[in-house]
Amino acid sequence: MSFKTNNKVVQWVEDRLPLISMGHHTLYEYPMPKNLNYLWNFGSLAGFALVTMIVTGIILAMQYTAHVDMAFNSVERIMRDVNNGWLIRYIHMNMASFFFIAVYIHMMRGLYYGSYKAPRELLWQLGVVIFLLMMATAFMGYVLPWGQMSFWGATVITNLFSAIPVVGESIVTWLWGGFSVDNPTLNRFFALHYLLPFIIVAVVVLHIVALHTVTSNNPLGIDMKGPQDSLTFQPYYTIKDLFGLGVFLILFAGFLFWAPNYMGHPDNYIPANPLSTPAHIVPEWYFLPFYAILRAVPDKLGGVLAMFGAIAVLFVLPWLDRSKIRSCKFRPVARVFFWIFLINGLFLGYLGGKPAEGWYVVASQIATAYYFFHFLILLPVILPMIERPRELPSSIHEAVLKS
Amino acid sequence: MKKILSGLFAAALGFATVPANAAGDAVPLPDYEWSFDGVFGTYDKASLQRGFQVYKEVCSGCHSLDLIAFRNLTDLGYNVDEIKAIASEYTVEDGPNDEGEMFERNAIASDYFPSPFPNEKAAAASNGGKAPPDLSLMAKARVGGPSFVRALLTGYEDAPEGFETGDLSYNKYFPGHLIAMAPPLSEDAVEYGDGTAATVDQMAADVSHFLMWAAEPKLEARKNTGVKVMIFLIIFTLVMYAAKRKVFAKVH
Repeated sequence: MSFKTNNKVVQWVEDRLPLISMGHHTLYEYPMPKNLNYLWNFGSLAGFALVTMIVTGIILAMQYTAHVDMAFNSVERIMRDVNNGWLIRYIHMNMASFFFIAVYIHMMRGLYYGSYKAPRELLWQLGVVIFLLMMATAFMGYVLPWGQMSFWGATVITNLFSAIPVVGESIVTWLWGGFSVDNPTLNRFFALHYLLPFIIVAVVVLHIVALHTVTSNNPLGIDMKGPQDSLTFQPYYTIKDLFGLGVFLILFAGFLFWAPNYMGHPDNYIPANPLSTPAHIVPEWYFLPFYAILRAVPDKLGGVLAMFGAIAVLFVLPWLDRSKIRSCKFRPVARVFFWIFLINGLFLGYLGGKPAEGWYVVASQIATAYYFFHFLILLPVILPMIERPRELPSSIHEAVLKS
Repeated sequence: MKKILSGLFAAALGFATVPANAAGDAVPLPDYEWSFDGVFGTYDKASLQRGFQVYKEVCSGCHSLDLIAFRNLTDLGYNVDEIKAIASEYTVEDGPNDEGEMFERNAIASDYFPSPFPNEKAAAASNGGKAPPDLSLMAKARVGGPSFVRALLTGYEDAPEGFETGDLSYNKYFPGHLIAMAPPLSEDAVEYGDGTAATVDQMAADVSHFLMWAAEPKLEARKNTGVKVMIFLIIFTLVMYAAKRKVFAKVH
């Protein structure tokens, strides 16, 4: 540790609890590859989004009432009568979307540059756990305003568990705390929506500990071999992250102040009505690709398995991709298929927002099949046979000098 | 700004019209201009007041406005005395008093607009089985927002040949075209105090404007704050960019 101090109080604390030197190590002298591009900004952006969600969420919770008769109006009271309540609530609504935007880009970055490969398997898996927790948290948060989409989204998603053979119906009753989505459901969703973000924070801490053990990957996908390959976190990546944050917030403010409901659904401004089903029940945009996979399989249980399988497959990805080369920069075939995978994923998102009828159904099935083909056949079987990776540079420093 | 940003993001993320298309065979809405559109948009107080008059004299016969209190009408440009006068035209139920009885009294500024019907069943019973929806959030609860409301109010026409309407009305813009609400507006249904001619188009525009305010009363504060925040963010980002360039200039 290079941390030194002449301050006696700091030294006294340091001898008993090495908090300051830990901070110094993680936020100051921590070595980062010197060739990172802007795609490496999205981890810290996701972290920023998480903190924003927790802060605004706690403030909202002070004004919100988790009761089926009062939830909708308590949200409207926040929007109308609470000082700057509209701002806090719109930040919370829109930052949820921007959190997912940041995380999706962060994940795609990991896919392209092979950030999940040895020795970063656990780092990647912890990321998948965070993603799963985020989806659960976002889903339950969307239920809280108790609008039409809240209610019917909760009904559709909790009903998925009824597909489990034998015990499915009992599990759904247990989840609801009754025989339909009702006040007990809303209450427990509120409790869990408040709890889960803190569990996410805990997993994020593990994610960062793992990251600092194995250090960051980089666009070349080769290891740092010495100080000539790296830059200290401060000032280089603190300033780069702050610049990235500025750009991110400009886009965010564009939505927040001029189109705050663009990413939401108008039906959620209608109070929940168990007797009137909306014409099309659609989840929030960030769930649409998985929603398309769910509906692509004609069988209910099969659909549920496919949807969870789509995430489970990410969990074992480090062992499905057998190439020793990390970065797609040096994988001419994998690179092409990365882009096809990405377009296929966006297409699934588009299909998830469409009604399950006509050609949409067939297209969803093809796109779903391709999703699994990519992970289960292309990466482990086909690519090792046909791909000849290009030669890796000998060091980051050398590659940077050449370019 | 809004259009450029939305367009960019929609294209980038592929969720362009995902929520918007849920309504089915919807007829595209006319491209109305609103004073509250755009980066610096604000409400037009004269239009809000006219729209309030249309609500009060036409819509409120069937539609409630639960989330709006009389005190909120300051946003429309009324002063305290005018609001007291408006409120006192309404009676609300209060109580119980010291004898344990409910009683009626004139409304005061802190009261909310009373509903035209005692409960939803009564509203449904008086309206052919379907309760007229509350209007407080109408301008945000439909695809198209205020433009949808305005188009709907002017979209009544004769049903095409062979289209059975029964007790319902035909409306060009209503999803499925069959709407339980009979055409609510007719020429000179209200008499505007400011001398504006009360055409159906004018009343539809005014009441939609008013309902947008009812649904999004903080719109002006939002856009106003947004401009300041944006100016700050742009300066912040430029400074950070310059600093980043300077810090990295030494790196090879």
